[in-house]
Formats: sequence, structure tokens, C-alpha cells
Amino acid sequence: MRPENYQSVNHPPSNEFELNFGPNHPGIEGNYALKVKLQGDTVVEARADAGYLHRGFEKLMEDRLWIQNIALVPRICVPDPVPMEVCYSLAVEDLAGIEVPERAQWLRVLQLELSRIAAHLFYFGGHAATTGMYTPMYWGVADRDLLLDLFEELTGGRVYSIYNLPGGVRQDIPDGFLQRVTDTLNYIDGRLKDYDNLFFTNQIFVKRAKGIGTINQEQALEWSVTGPNLRACGLEFDVRRDDPYLIYDQLKFDIPTEQAGDAWARTLVRRLEMVESIRIIRQVVKALPDIKGPVRTPIPNPLAWRVPAGDSYARVESSKGELAYYVVSNGGEKPYRVHIRGPSAMHAVQVLEKLAVGCRVEDVAQTMFSLDACPPEVDR
Amino acid sequence: MKLNLKPKKTPVIDHSDSGSLLNPLKNLQFLARKPITEPLKPRLASLNYRGFHLNDWEECVGCASCQKICDNAAITMVEIPSLPNDPVKGIRNHRPAIDYGRCCWCALCVDICPSSSLSLSREYVHTCDQEHIDSYFILPDPNGMHKEHFGKGWQKTEHSDLLSLTRSAMAELEPETRIDNFDEIVDGFTPEQAVLEASRCVQCGMCHDSCPTNMHAPEYIRAIWNNDAEEAVRQIYRTNPFAHVCGRVCTRRCEDACSIGIRGEPIAIRWLKRYAMDSVSHERIKEIVNEGSTSKSSGKKIAIIGAGPAGLTAAFDLVRSGHKVEVFEALPHAGGMTRYGIPEYRLPFDTLQQDIDIITSLGVTIHYDCKIGKNKRMSTLHKNFDAVILAIGLSQGRQTRIKNSDHRHVYRAVDLLQKISSGEEFELPHSVAVIGGGNVAMDIARSLARLQKQQYGKVQITLTALEEQQHFMADPDEIKESLEEGIIIKDSCGPQGCEIDTDGKLIGLKTWKVTSIFDEQHRFVPQYDEEQEVVHNCEAVIEAIGQFADTSLLGKELTEQLEWNRGRLQVDADGRTSEDWLWSAGDCVNGPDVVHAVADGHRVAASIEQQLMSTTKKNSSGK
Repeated sequence: MRPENYQSVNHPPSNEFELNFGPNHPGIEGNYALKVKLQGDTVVEARADAGYLHRGFEKLMEDRLWIQNIALVPRICVPDPVPMEVCYSLAVEDLAGIEVPERAQWLRVLQLELSRIAAHLFYFGGHAATTGMYTPMYWGVADRDLLLDLFEELTGGRVYSIYNLPGGVRQDIPDGFLQRVTDTLNYIDGRLKDYDNLFFTNQIFVKRAKGIGTINQEQALEWSVTGPNLRACGLEFDVRRDDPYLIYDQLKFDIPTEQAGDAWARTLVRRLEMVESIRIIRQVVKALPDIKGPVRTPIPNPLAWRVPAGDSYARVESSKGELAYYVVSNGGEKPYRVHIRGPSAMHAVQVLEKLAVGCRVEDVAQTMFSLDACPPEVDR
Repeated sequence: MKLNLKPKKTPVIDHSDSGSLLNPLKNLQFLARKPITEPLKPRLASLNYRGFHLNDWEECVGCASCQKICDNAAITMVEIPSLPNDPVKGIRNHRPAIDYGRCCWCALCVDICPSSSLSLSREYVHTCDQEHIDSYFILPDPNGMHKEHFGKGWQKTEHSDLLSLTRSAMAELEPETRIDNFDEIVDGFTPEQAVLEASRCVQCGMCHDSCPTNMHAPEYIRAIWNNDAEEAVRQIYRTNPFAHVCGRVCTRRCEDACSIGIRGEPIAIRWLKRYAMDSVSHERIKEIVNEGSTSKSSGKKIAIIGAGPAGLTAAFDLVRSGHKVEVFEALPHAGGMTRYGIPEYRLPFDTLQQDIDIITSLGVTIHYDCKIGKNKRMSTLHKNFDAVILAIGLSQGRQTRIKNSDHRHVYRAVDLLQKISSGEEFELPHSVAVIGGGNVAMDIARSLARLQKQQYGKVQITLTALEEQQHFMADPDEIKESLEEGIIIKDSCGPQGCEIDTDGKLIGLKTWKVTSIFDEQHRFVPQYDEEQEVVHNCEAVIEAIGQFADTSLLGKELTEQLEWNRGRLQVDADGRTSEDWLWSAGDCVNGPDVVHAVADGHRVAASIEQQLMSTTKKNSSGK
């Protein structure tokens, strides 16, 4: 007789093979894993395995003063930290009814777009590495450093700028900063051609990337795909234009789209977005000297500041997609609840699990990277 | 294949188009370039880089605001015994130590620092081996982490300052509306203003340390911020039964020590106390004060001479410990100088009466119009009571002893103030010269100004003092308000004599210009320039140059028994005189100040309590 709790062992078919992809794998961005089931070379099932970077950000934020969270939020997305600060600030400002001075709004846009370029440079370097090309990675990271130099000069910190506070930004720009922004932009602009030659039009890459991880428009909408990944399916949606925040409605920029919806299209959209970001920053650099006034609306003593009870939802377009903060206050000195609607959680879990199926094993890393998901934000 | 990089049109990539396989080869050009190899040398960080901390120990007051704002609990306050620790100035000998295992270099500590002593440097490299892992825990000083003087990086600017440095506004009477009456000048905070003012506090506790009676100011400010005035009252009554009085006329050393006051206006701690007291009903305050009081009696009796702040504070403490307390007051009202010395426009009589009512409601008996030495003898008190407290205050005005100062139109300020407060009739002079630059001089000048305005329609008061105006002992607000009310202030004027005409009528006060007040040994030796002689025309001269205690009530025998120190009764740190049944407290020991008197009352009460309890124990163990 069999015991009551007997369960038959479910042996996989002899032609299936289970592979742990990450969390320590050169093709994975950060501490994130994918458990894939292979038949021969082809993936038949993929399971996202998150949690290696879990620090409990949302819970931590409930135990910190409103203003202290500013030092915490950039850590949620390391390659693109500025939208985290700005979006949290926008939500808190909405709750507390704070008007942000115009100059601060322009400065925020300046940071957001610099951060977007930096994130895309980081991204394409990483993506190239998943296809075995390491030179673009060196180039991308080295050129990103020039943007980090600008952040260092503006904010005092290279990666975690901790520069935006509810009410505005912490300091005005240093002397001669706008000229250095222009110089760096000119350099990056000039480098784009080199990137194209080396990577974006490189047939080795194009042939590898085309047709990999294709999403069609229905799937994209159904799976909550946002940002460049959505625009790579031919859907022209961008929070900056369609639900403008800060002063984006005063800026001229286009929204690049692609039709194919595959890894190649996603890469290309990001490449074109760098051009748009450069265009936006040039407008900001031109307009900023004429916008006078303070850079911050003072808030009450942060040790005792209470934000009126209520809830607010603010969203911005980050380099990874649509980022939103849902902040609830019970009228206390700390947030009652903060929920982060991050793009990477959608892209790296529900989208990737489906896209990986049918891939060859060597394309799994590329599929994942082409979605530009950020593991710390999945694990927030 | 070419990318369409023109931003106007949405670029579309044709998938069938395959780019040239040779494209990547174009980048072979880089092979011909020389590689960039640079030796590793420290790169100088940007001008507002957020590197390791710097702290200017001369500026830092040890308020621990940095510790409170630190979101990673990376800052610990460490006591440095070699540094000055001066609670009155609001300086603590604690300095922040940073744990770089926790610090995230957000610089919020820099932006909140009330003294602006903290900044971050441009230094960012620190390595150590396993044995020196403690080197990540440092006490920042002005020289930087490795004493290499990298210079300041992130510093606080007007934009990044997180503190609000200006007071919340409070309404008060305009000079025109207040000059002909004794209505209270300041209105007190509205609830919104009070909460806003309370929100500015960083809870450093400097006020608590500097207060003579160590009031729990951070706690009651916090309670006001929480909209809980009753809790504020509870916190106030932990240390101060003269809460209404101190909420209006306290000399507020707390505000001098307040760390917000280093760069801005200190928290209006006095007005917040007043707000808390005014916003809770009198009956509710009584209930709060009675919370947790015992009804058991110790069987001990204590006599207190003088129903001023010191005497009544001691009575408040002792009666709550279960002793029977009787207070003997020479005048018809309790309050001492707060009743007869402070004009009603600063402290309305009914608010003072509320404080006294709460103390008497606890069971303190006050015998009014009972002057010891006249109606009752000290020896009787000694015989009938277990302990006696002398809290007689400074009731007698000092005299200048200048020429003709014995004229009947030369008055002492305290005498006149007492007359005004008790509503006594007296001959109001048309023009007055006041001698003195302290708060009493201001009080008498401003009180007389009001009466003159009421009776004669115009103010003719000249205030003369030895000091220059910026060194007056009086509160700067008092000086400002006096000037607004039409009082003429002549500073650096030394009184030389009263001018009298042939009919014996006082016609003026003669003064010489003061060149210096103290000599090199800081002794009081005023020097004058006799050339600059001025006669201030007036009908009366008022001396407001200080007070002394009237100790005649002690009687000859006791006066001889007691030890004296330069005309003052000698007391130990607990307020006990050389006789073991007699304590002394208040202005007659410490000089004039309400909150010091309250502190003294507590100290004496504690000392008596200790003595009475120890004798009780001895007696009971003896049986």
C-alpha cells in the first residue's frame, strides 16, 4: 500500500533539460535569474526568478520621513535614477499642494534627459555584450561616464544624484555648467555615427537581433508593455507628450517608433531616442538662462513635516518605460504607503517569460537585455 | 543600410534591407590611434562633490539635528570632554561621528545643520585593511578624513537650507492704540500660527538645558505641533507652576540657547507656552495638575514667607508631597513682583490670578496682609512649623544718593509701580526723568507714559542711563516699544544731581556724559565728561537702578545668628541658611528673575522634602 501523502515523482521527459540562467551570469543584467526548460536548443518554458536584490524599498519608505526617502528612491533603478527622484517628488508635491518654481522644472527636465541618454548608453553596451560584442560595451560605459561627470558637477553625486526634493531641486547650476553640457552633447552627438558603424548597423548584430522576442501590438497592450518596448511595436505613446508633466509641453521633440516589435526594433528605438534627448537638452540649455527665480519652494522643517492625508499618483517616462508612484498619506510625518509602478517588473517577469519561449538558448540573454529591465526595480 | 536620423519624421527601418557587412570594419581606424594610458592619480572631484564629512568644531553646537535627519542612522553624537559645554549659550560638547558603513552621502545632514558647521569635502578615497576596519567610523573635523585638506565640496546654500528661519507672525497692538491704556500688548498665537511656529523646532533640547528650571520645552512644542494643547500643559506643569506668568514675561534664556537662533529667529518658545496655557480651559488645567496627586498627609507643616513665584513654587511642590503649607504675604494680593512690579499691559492680573488659583486649589493656605515681624514673629513660625522658607524677594528700591535725591519728588521705581498696580492715588507728575536702563526702568517709564496720556494727553518722559543703548540691561523689545510709545531715551548719561528752584520745587535732573563705566579691573568706576552737562527738565525723578531685600523681619537676634555674604543671606546650593530650619529662595538669593525664582522654589522644596523625610525615617526607626 502507498502512504497517504505519496506523490509520484514527475520526471521530465528525457528530451527536456532544465537550466538555471543566472543569477550570476554575464548575460543577465544584475542579480536576476531565469529558470528555462530546454528541448535541445529551444526554450519550451521560462520562469522568472526574482528576489536576489530584494531590499524592501516600499516597506522601508513607510518608516522614513518624507524627505529622507529622496536618498532611498534612486537606488531602485541604478542605471536611471533621476526619474525615481522626480516621480516621487511629483507625487508628494501633488499631495502637499506645493508649486514647483519654473526654473526647477526646467532643471528637472535637464536631468531627466541626461539620465535617459546615460541609461541608453549603458543599455546598448550591455546588449552588445550579450551577442558577444564587447567593444560597444566599453564605449557605452566610457561615454556614460562623461554624463556622470555632468551629474557630479550639478548634484555632487555621480550616480545617485539625490538632487530633487519635494518642492524643487536642492541647488542652482554651477557657473559655466550649461557650456559643459553643450560640449558633452556635441561629443555624444558626434559619437553616434561611430556607434552605428560598430553596433547598430553591424550585420552581426542585426542578423542576431532581428526576429528575436517579437511582440505584436495586441500582446504589448495586454502585457502592460510601456516605453521604448511599446514604441518598438509601432504604438506611439509617450507620457512626456500624451500626459505632459513638468514643462515637456513647451518642448519640441518627436517620438521615434518602429514596427517590428523585436529585439532589433527595441534597440533602434533607443538609439533614436538619444537623438531626441539631445534635442530636448539643447532646448533646455538655450532657454534656461532666461528663466529666473528660485529653484525650490521651501517646505516646512523636514523633521516635522506632515503631508496632508490623501493619495496621489504621478507618472513619468523613464528610459525603461512608464514609471509611476502611488503615494498614500494619513497626514503623518512619514508616508503611509508608497507603491511603485515600475516598468521593469512587467518587462522582466510577465513579458520575458512569454518571449523566452521558442528562443534558442543563446538568444535568451539578448531577449532579456533588449527589454532593458532593471532587476533592483523588479525586486523593490 | 542607413538610419533615418532626421527627428521630424518617425524613422522606419526596412527589415529586408541588410546593411553592409563591412560596416564594423570602419572602426578599424581606431587601431591606428595611440591607446590612452594614464597613470592612476587621484582625480579631483567637482566643486560641490559630496565626499567625506567636514565639521567645524568651533561652529558646531552639538544639537544633533544631523543625527535626526540621517536616514541610515549613520550619525552618532559623541561626547568630547575637552570641548566647552555651556547650556546657557546653547553649546553642548557633543560632536557627530559618522559610520561610513552606513552613510549614503545624501548631505541632508549638511542642509539641515542649524549652525552650518557641517559640510562635505571633495575627498572620496579611503581604503584600509581588515585590522583597521574601525577607520570607517570617524569623527569629522575641519581637516578632513585624512588631514589632507581637500577643501569643501557640498555646502549649504540659501536654496538647499532645510530650516525655516523666520518666526510665524503674531498680532500685537499698535503704539497708538496701546499708549493710553493697560491692555495687554501681544495677542498671542492663533492655533494656525502656533502649529506653524512649533513645526520649526528641531527638538535639540538646548532650551531644556538652558532653562533654570529645565522646562520640557521640546516636549510641549512637540505636543503643540501634534495639536494636543492638554499634553503641552501637562509637560509645562512638570516643572513650572507659574506657567501663565512665564508664558508672558519670562526672560526666556531658552530662546537665547535655541539652535535655530544661530542663523535665524529662535523658536518663540515663550509665546508657545502662552498659547498652550491660553487654549486649555482653567478647569481642565486644574484637572491636569491634579492628575496623580496623593491625598495622604505627612503631618509636617511648612511656613513660607512671601507669596511670590519662589514661595508659591515651593508651596506647590510641598503640598503635592502631602505636607501642610501656609504662606504669609504682607500685601493684599499674591504674586510678589509679578503682581506689583510687572505692569498689567505685560501681565494681566487675571492671568496671574489663574496660576495662583491653581496653586491654592491644591490646598495651599495664603494669609494675606500678614507681615512677619509686625503681625507675627519669626520665632513663632520657628516654633509652630517644621521648616520655614524665606522668599521675600527684592522689595526695596536702591537710591542713587545724588544731590537733592531726598526731595519728595524723587521716587523709587518699585514703590511707584506698586502704587500703580494696587490702584493707589498719587500725584502724577507732568514730566518725568527716569534713571536706569533695565526692565524696571522701562516698566515704570511705560506705565507712567500711559497714565500721562490718559490724564494729560501727552507723554513727557526722559529715560537716562549710564550705558549705551545697545548695552542696556532691558529687553530689546522693551526698548523698541518704549520708543514707539514716545519715551525719550538718553543713553550714556550719568546722574549728578536734582535741580531745585528757589521755591524748593524740583525742576530738572542734571547729567554728565559717560566716557566709561568700568575700569581695567572691570570694577564699577564710571568716568564722566563734565563739559557735556545736560539738565533734563522734569517735575519728578524716578530711580530705577536696582532693588534690595528688606530683611528687617528677621529680628535682631536671628540676624546676628545667621551668616551673611556681602549683605545677602548666606545659603548653600540647596537654598538652606546656616540655621537648619530656615531656607531662603527666590529673588532675595538670586537676583530678580521669575524663572530663576521658580527653579529656586523647586530646589528648596526638594531640600526640605529630603530633610523632613530623613527625620521621619529616623524617628520611626527609633521607635
